Amino acid sequence: MSEPIKEFTTAIPFWSPRVTPVELDQASEEQLDAMKVTPSDTGVSEYVLVLAHDPKTLKERTPLFNGIMYSRGGLSRPETELGAVAASVVNRCIYCAAVHASRYNELTDDESVMEAVFSRGADAELDPRQSAILNFATKLSKCPSEADKADMNLLKENGLEMDEILDLVLSTSLFGWANRLMHVLGDPLPREA
Amino acid sequence: MEDIFDTVLVRAAGISAGHPLAGVLSGRSNIIELTEKSHAAALKPEPSGGLTHSQRAALACRMARLNQEVELAYHYESMVETVDVSIADPRFDGADNPRLKTIIRHTDLVTRSPKDAGEDDIRALESAGIPVEDIVRLSELIAFVNYQVRVAAGLRLMAAVS
Repeated sequence: MSEPIKEFTTAIPFWSPRVTPVELDQASEEQLDAMKVTPSDTGVSEYVLVLAHDPKTLKERTPLFNGIMYSRGGLSRPETELGAVAASVVNRCIYCAAVHASRYNELTDDESVMEAVFSRGADAELDPRQSAILNFATKLSKCPSEADKADMNLLKENGLEMDEILDLVLSTSLFGWANRLMHVLGDPLPREA
Repeated sequence: MEDIFDTVLVRAAGISAGHPLAGVLSGRSNIIELTEKSHAAALKPEPSGGLTHSQRAALACRMARLNQEVELAYHYESMVETVDVSIADPRFDGADNPRLKTIIRHTDLVTRSPKDAGEDDIRALESAGIPVEDIVRLSELIAFVNYQVRVAAGLRLMAAVS
């Protein structure tokens, strides 16, 4: 069996669960409803099948996740992804970092930002607005949060409006949630060539 | 539709309907409502599974305290029954109850330093006799509270510069 990936990458790994997922053909009505699948579906991810062990939380979490990451207005899509990646770097969630860094790269057609974040973390040299976002999201992801008024003022000084800051708080915090599932309940493995 | 200003999150952040941030928050009312529903799903599920509602609240209170999140700790503390009060104290390690000790150790680890959680930590929960359903439920509880405390902290900082 391959060894789990330890270094950040934009190549999306295979996620291998550490606990036994729900068997789709044995899933209850409540689990199927939470997974938003019909019994004939075959494309359900192992991750969703693991989370289906707690259908009540999964049912609320999926629309919450989509609402934070893909709602119109507010913070731009790439900057929303930057908040997600900053949290994933603090929490060393290789899988989430790969998915959201590669989304960032697709959206911006610029790989230099994620290369810098992966190699230097919060010290990455980015443009002032990106730096302010990375700084705030990194500090908010610590336990306890290290973000303070000065970090918030830096966001404002770099042109972020309050609705954008709210979206940044939400996407960063959401990955405080997602990382604690992905990184704890499974291993990121290299995909077969 | 819920009144977003009467949710656990927004009350803890100290933002009322007349606050300068009220309009911005209303623009994401769907997220606030889903956060409240997630709170109900993680804290008060029926049936409750291997952890009672009071034990879940005690662990949530403990996590809020580890995050130095006073307002949410206060909220969760009000949901804890006397018998479980010790669980909410970050200095208590589960004493002579091996199952509880394993749950508390895992909760603290994943709250403080999720990057250090590995395969062995899941095996430790299994060895303590915790079934897979309860491992996932505990994981969601931990993950949800760590989301909620960060949104509350962020909202409070936003209010401070509004």
